[in-house]
Amino acid sequence: MVSAPDSTLELPVTEANDISDIRVDSVGDFTFPERNKFDSGFGITEKTIDYIADVKGDPDWIREFRHKALKVFQEKPMPTHWATKDLENIKFDEFRYYLSDGQKPKRSWDEVPEDVKKTFDRLGIPEQERKFLAGVEAQYDSEAAYSNIKAAVEEQGVIFVNSTEGLHKYPEIFKKWFGKVIPTGDNKFSALNSAVFSGGSFIYVPPGVKVKHPLQAYFRINSEQFGQFERTLIIADEGAEVMYMEGCTAPKFETATLHSAVVELVAMKGAKIQYVTVQNWSSNVFNLVTKRGIAHEDAEVRWIDCNIGSRLTMKYPGVIMKGRRARGEVISIALANSGQHQDTGAKMVHAADDTTSNVISKSISIGEGRATYRGLVHIPKHLKGCKNNTECDALLINPNSRTDTYPAISVRGNQHATQHEASVSQVSADQIFYLMQRGLTEAEAMSLSVNGFINDLVKEFPMEYSVELKRLIDLEMEGSVG
Amino acid sequence: MSLEIKDLHAQIPGREILKGLNLIIKPGEVHAIMGPNGSGKSTLSKVLCGHEDYEVTSGEVLLDGENILDMAVDARSRAGLFLAFQYPHEIPGVSNANFLRAALKARLPKGEDIDAVKFYKQLYARMDQLEMDRSFTSRSVNEGFSGGEKKRNEILQLMMLEPKYAILDETDSGLDIDALKIVSRGVNAMRSENRGFLVITHYQRLLNYIQPDIVHVLKDGRIVKTGGKELSLELEERGYDWVTEEPLAAAA
Repeated sequence: MVSAPDSTLELPVTEANDISDIRVDSVGDFTFPERNKFDSGFGITEKTIDYIADVKGDPDWIREFRHKALKVFQEKPMPTHWATKDLENIKFDEFRYYLSDGQKPKRSWDEVPEDVKKTFDRLGIPEQERKFLAGVEAQYDSEAAYSNIKAAVEEQGVIFVNSTEGLHKYPEIFKKWFGKVIPTGDNKFSALNSAVFSGGSFIYVPPGVKVKHPLQAYFRINSEQFGQFERTLIIADEGAEVMYMEGCTAPKFETATLHSAVVELVAMKGAKIQYVTVQNWSSNVFNLVTKRGIAHEDAEVRWIDCNIGSRLTMKYPGVIMKGRRARGEVISIALANSGQHQDTGAKMVHAADDTTSNVISKSISIGEGRATYRGLVHIPKHLKGCKNNTECDALLINPNSRTDTYPAISVRGNQHATQHEASVSQVSADQIFYLMQRGLTEAEAMSLSVNGFINDLVKEFPMEYSVELKRLIDLEMEGSVG
Repeated sequence: MSLEIKDLHAQIPGREILKGLNLIIKPGEVHAIMGPNGSGKSTLSKVLCGHEDYEVTSGEVLLDGENILDMAVDARSRAGLFLAFQYPHEIPGVSNANFLRAALKARLPKGEDIDAVKFYKQLYARMDQLEMDRSFTSRSVNEGFSGGEKKRNEILQLMMLEPKYAILDETDSGLDIDALKIVSRGVNAMRSENRGFLVITHYQRLLNYIQPDIVHVLKDGRIVKTGGKELSLELEERGYDWVTEEPLAAAA
């Protein structure tokens, strides 16, 4: 039994008769029935925490960590003094915080349970793995369903497992960095994640190892009234390089869904981490994510972040440049359609001399969609030779679309260079007329204009992802004119 | 077979601009429309293509017998109507090649794509005819182009899309003599028995290079005089003031 919502698009199917009867109106809008052996029930209390810790077999320090985090979560107010009041519509009692079928992640695709396999088949995971990935992890609700790393990469000493396996098998590395980049009390949602986290990736790349192909994780929400709280920790040791990519989808439910991840990156001396996100949440998902990296001397942390869909996304990837000549970069694309609010941005904290940060943000507002940019650049007085460049460009598709920019640049001392540029443009009626005069439909004309607007950023994406991104934009545009 | 405009009336809110315009363009013919500023020349081109700023209050436009006034802008284009814009729009981030591919693909059944090798072969051949550097394929549509480059780019699109009827709206404006020659050469290369042209211009100069079969004078929203190409020379010499409406001209 599967949901069969209003349909406009038929997806290609991999097996003849399994899902060909389903038609969907967006890429990820389908569900399979829940088969959860473990369900923490609705709401979040001390008991929920113990339930999760029991099911996962947490060591004591993690159980304690969770309990402390719960207190912080309960004590912290919603940040509505600066953020949208829509946060008040999140009813924490109406979510389930842990769901799983109790199975261990499979190393072989054939062993993955049928429903889960069909889900990821439809989302194209196995083909992508064969084609260009060094490793894949696929998370279904709270736990990883599939996890695989190519032998050649594993032989180099690269660790790529889910967070549970990471903390059990590699406690000495895990414990050293876990919760150090983003402390529990960073914000209300990082505290919530710290209390109930499950899944997410743990990656360690040994000194000097450059992982040639990207590692990928795929996050899928299947169940209604559920919160997904993955926790990812990536450590690139001295001189190591790694690219990690994540994709996210969820079906459209009547009720709200919560996704609140915490992602911590650690780039040791001379290391390089690139973290690429393409998310396509359905329009009922509250997506409240904390992402931050530390870049040590001569290291580089780069966030490439693409946000499509969701009801509300709040996400400001950050880099703390802790060592000399460290570099931080955030490249982000946000697309807000009617009923959606993309509140995104970047945080750049310069904590050493000669550090460089770059923020390029492009947002697109369609219909009554709202895009907000919040940026923070901090350069303290005692440093010298720090550079920041911030560019944020907004594109409005309709007169009702809305965009806001809130840059906060605090630069002290006079031995630094910062520049900030912002622009707002609109797809004009004459531009659409010109394109349509050449035979493009209105949706095609919009789509081409939007793709043009973000074209220079899309070049930063791996090819497969830029193709996917273009397809997602086409879908959004088809639905927005009529 | 023809592009037939019958008693066309069009307005912007509060002001009628086209006041009963009649014109028949047959495949193989090149018609020129000349007229003073504000006579309705550019309005005519936009109304024919379906620009939303103008409301057609009465009349018909038949493209090979089919009334196109109820058709959307893009459908008119795919039916075979092309407008070379007086002020071509810039499309930031979209390369010329991708734009042309998208426009050609829009003419194919859904799901089909164009043959890339054939496409580039044709594109390069056309660009050579217009003396356009190959680098134009990867540059964003019209962005940072000089006035002359933009006009050449319009003709390139015309050559790639091969419409049944092409309207050139003041294609000569902003062109120096060399560019004018190149653009005209491109247009002349596209003249054929199967294609009709409507060349809108303020000046006679363009018509030295694109020789029209028929010349019309547009004044106050109506065609007031029709003649051969010698009419354009007369207009050049005497201006527009002497032309008064000849009732029979509409039937030409």
